[in-house]
This record gives sequence, C-alpha cells and structure tokens, in this order.
Amino acid sequence: MTPVAGIEQLAESYDLVVVGAGPAGLSAAARAAGLGLTVLLADENPAPGGQIYRAITTTPVKDRAILGEDYWRGAEIVARFERSQASYAARCTVWSLGPDEASPGSFELGLSVDGKARMIGARQVILATGAQERPFPIPGWTLPGVMTAGAAQIALKGAGIVPAGRTVIAGCGPLLYLLASQLAAARCEIVAVLDTTPRANWPKALAALPDFLRSPYLAKGLKLMAATRRKLRFVSNVTSLSAKGEGTLRQVGFEQGERQGAIACDTLLLHQGVIPSVNFSNAAGCAHAFDEEQHAWVPRVDAWLASSVPGIAIAGDGAGIGGAESAALRGEIAAFGAASRLGKLSEAERDRQAAPIRAALMRLLHGRRFLDLLYRPAPQFLAPPQDETIICRCEEVTAGQVRDAAARLGVTGPNQMKAFLRCGMGPCQGRLCGPTVVELIAQTRGTTPAEVGYYRLRPPVKPVTLAELAALPQTEAAVKAVVR
Amino acid sequence: MFRPIAEAREGAAGTARLSFTFDGKPLTGRSGDTVAAALLANGIVACRETPVSDTPRAPYCLMGVCFDCLVVIDGIGNRQGCLVPLAEGMRIETQHGRRHLAEVGQ
Repeated sequence: MTPVAGIEQLAESYDLVVVGAGPAGLSAAARAAGLGLTVLLADENPAPGGQIYRAITTTPVKDRAILGEDYWRGAEIVARFERSQASYAARCTVWSLGPDEASPGSFELGLSVDGKARMIGARQVILATGAQERPFPIPGWTLPGVMTAGAAQIALKGAGIVPAGRTVIAGCGPLLYLLASQLAAARCEIVAVLDTTPRANWPKALAALPDFLRSPYLAKGLKLMAATRRKLRFVSNVTSLSAKGEGTLRQVGFEQGERQGAIACDTLLLHQGVIPSVNFSNAAGCAHAFDEEQHAWVPRVDAWLASSVPGIAIAGDGAGIGGAESAALRGEIAAFGAASRLGKLSEAERDRQAAPIRAALMRLLHGRRFLDLLYRPAPQFLAPPQDETIICRCEEVTAGQVRDAAARLGVTGPNQMKAFLRCGMGPCQGRLCGPTVVELIAQTRGTTPAEVGYYRLRPPVKPVTLAELAALPQTEAAVKAVVR
Repeated sequence: MFRPIAEAREGAAGTARLSFTFDGKPLTGRSGDTVAAALLANGIVACRETPVSDTPRAPYCLMGVCFDCLVVIDGIGNRQGCLVPLAEGMRIETQHGRRHLAEVGQ
C-alpha cells in the first residue's frame, strides 16, 4: 500500500477508484490491486477500518474482551490491504463523480484533502460507502447528550472514551445488543436498555426462522443477547420515547403500552438499525429501489454488484445491509467484476475465482431475513406522531410541518417538500431527514415509500468550499461556457 | 460528557497529549483523537448553535453523516469535528449560527 499524504501526490487517473475504507472498500482495493489494476482507495477518516473496524490500527483499547473477537478480525483485512499495491488517501473527501466528457466511458472524480481540491480520472469506480444508522426522530433528540448508539461505539473504538454518567440505550436491532455489551464491558454505567422491538413483528419473522436456525449468527447472537439481558436492566415493548432537558439532556421518558416511565440520565443512545448510505450512489445517477424487508432504499446491482451506471459498482452495506463479513466478500466480488470489465481477467477466470467467495457469501447471508423482519422499526419511530418532533436536524423542520404540507398543500414527494420547507437543504444534505420525510409523506397520503420516491441528489456529495472549487484548473470548454 | 476508560487514561503508555483551546480555554487531548472526540472527552456539552433557532448542539453520529459537530477550527468555520484529527495548538471555537464569510479573509 502506498500512502497518499497530499492532494498533489494523486495520479492523474487510475484503473479503479474505491470510495470508503471499510471492509468492502479495503477488500475490493486489495483484490483489484492483486489482479493488476492501478487502484486508489479514498476515505474521509484518518485511519482505515470504516465504522465497524473503526480505528483498528490505532485504537487505545487494548483489552480485547471489550470490543470482542469480531472487531479484531478487521486487523487481517487492513493488513492484507497494506500488503497490496493500492494507493490509499486518508482524510480524503470524494465529493463528486460523473462521466469524463473528454474520455467517454471513464469517470471524473472531485476529491479534497486538507482544504485543497483536485479532479482525477478513473476507468472503473467502486462505491463502498457503507451504512448509516436509521434516523430515529423523537421529541428532544437534538439535545446535547443524545447521540446515536454507533457514535458511542465510535468514541470507544477511536478514542477509548465512554459516556461519563448514567446512560440509557434505546431502540432495536442486533447492533443494539453488541453496543450494550461493549459499553458494559468498558464499565459504562448503563442504567437501562429500552427495547422498542415491536411484538407484532414476531409472526412474520418466525416464517423466516428455519433459515436463521442454520445461520452462523444464531449461536453468536443468542449468546450475546443472553449475556446482555442478564447483566443489564431491559425494558421490553417500549412504544414511545422522548428526551427531556433544558440545553442538555436530563431525562428520558418512555411508554410501555399504557404504562409511562421516566429515567434520569446524562446520555441517551438511540439506535433503530442501519440502512445503506445512498447519497453518493444517488448523486452518481445509479437506480435505486425500495427494499420492503430492509425497509430502506437500496441501489439496484447485478451479480457483480454493478449498478445501473456502467462502470460504477457498489459493494458492502451500501448495496444492502449484510454486515461486516459479507461486506468484505462483496468487495472481492465487485473487484473481480471491475477487473473483468477492464480486460484484466477473462469472464471464465472471473467466475472461477469468485465462486468460493460467492458460496461463502451465501452462507453468511442465510438467515438475514429473520433479523430484517424481527427488527423492522415500529411505524411510530419511522414517522414520529408528535407534531413538534424535529425531523430535519439541519433546517429544524418538524414532523407537523411535513404532514401539513403533504395534506393541505398536496406536496407529493420529497423533492417538492425540499422546495417548500427546506428540509434536506442543510449541510447533511438529507442524510438524516430523507427516510423520515419519505415515511411522513407516504403515511399522510396513504401510499408507500416506494411510490413517494427519494431525494434527487446532486454533486457535491459532501459540502466543498467555493474557494476550493474556484482554485480548480478550468477546462477550455468550461471557461467558454461562462465567458462572453 | 465522556470519560476515558482505564487503559486510555492520562499517563497510560502511548497516549501523547496535545494542547488546544476551545473558546479560548486551554485544554489537552490525546494524540490520535478527532476534534469531536477531544471535545467530548473534555466534558464540552455543546459545540455549535444552530442557524435557525440558536439552540445548542453536540456531536450526534461521530461518523460524518449528521454535521452536528460543526466547529470553527483556526478561524475556518463549518469544519466537521468528527473527521478532523486533533493537532497541537489547534484553536477550536463554538460555531454560532452559519459560517461567517468574514472568517475567510482573516
């Protein structure tokens, strides 16, 4: 691996640019470099690993029992990447991706490091931008002291820090148990876990149980669940949540059916599962579909993880949630696809080499449906019923405003909603309000998220300063377009 | 508010300390931390005030998605604290409302 320290060290173009240094991106880059492609792996974080293997090479947490054996497996993935011939740009934000007009069939990417921008070329692109936590808007979720559960996990892995006072974890999903057990092992004072898994999910989930019973995750999951439930105070069937405090969090209120409760706390960690991070693939023009079982927008990909845009593949959780181990395998498969399209590998050879990886992937994904169906969030957490709940954290748009615009003004989709209310127009570019806006419109208009659609996003995918854009070298065509 | 776990505590092996300021107040952080993690570890409750209602916000996702950790670093606003590694002598300030254009000229 060759580290790229500054923007000027980047080559003019690469056979393959991989975006994101999680398990999918690292595996894709290592495999592609091994197949003879010139590869750049660009990632906005200071160190490789993505979120699940966050800070695997730099973490101050040395007691392996705190983060668990699954976390340390990331070290092998990073080590393999480090042995490869790929280039690696850390702290590098990729903010645009589009066709290179001067060279049909290839791409032009905009990247920034340390406040300096550059345009480079790529013949193939693999987006490995991973997952983000599903938005979980409740009254008071913008108060300091309220964070995502993943944020606490990142703080622990990256900086060796845990919430200092009384901590409440709320929500549902397999990661919730993992996080609770990791924080408890790090001696964080967890006063309660408020479990929002809806009882109504069980009948549907049970239908998918036979597959799950043969899944490699079953034993691991049951052990984790039993251990955390034994150690911590669990409140099941929580149907409503709110964060309270003046200027900072003081208390979390909850409802358990008819019963109301309140717990004094200093930190509230929210988690309602993870969804693919689609901003990049959406802005690049890749087609997406609404996956009913994962209840999220997922890019359409083929067997080689190629998107609807020729030359762009999407690997890892960004192409549908499957977890870290499956992400690494999907990175490999995407790399075989890219190498084959570049003529570095015959189709027969591609199929032969990918076959065992594909088989391993099938085994891993076996039983995933059970988790998707069981931990599908309750409707009141997807679309908050309280009008005053902020849904767009950037522009401070409330659920009531969105419902009102959908019902009274007849706003039919998220793009029109953006124009009316500015939701999705702040710096996070709809990352946190998008799924909720879609849900609220669908609910108000009596239709489905698939019918409502999603934001139409455009580059820059991450905010970039005007000064950075202005300092870019201009092509003759671009200058002619604006100079009279 | 966050606190270091036992093995990451000050004085533990391999934890070089960096000096920085937050709103003029001198603080120290661990080398290898991001700006947002260093603020949390120092008990900073909020790092920005929103442009719409001036209400305080603190880092929320710590992975570059939410933009609630926006701070002013060495005079440049709108920096994502969770993505910027802490550096010696950094001057970090609360971001009040939007980024101000005047900061750029300084």
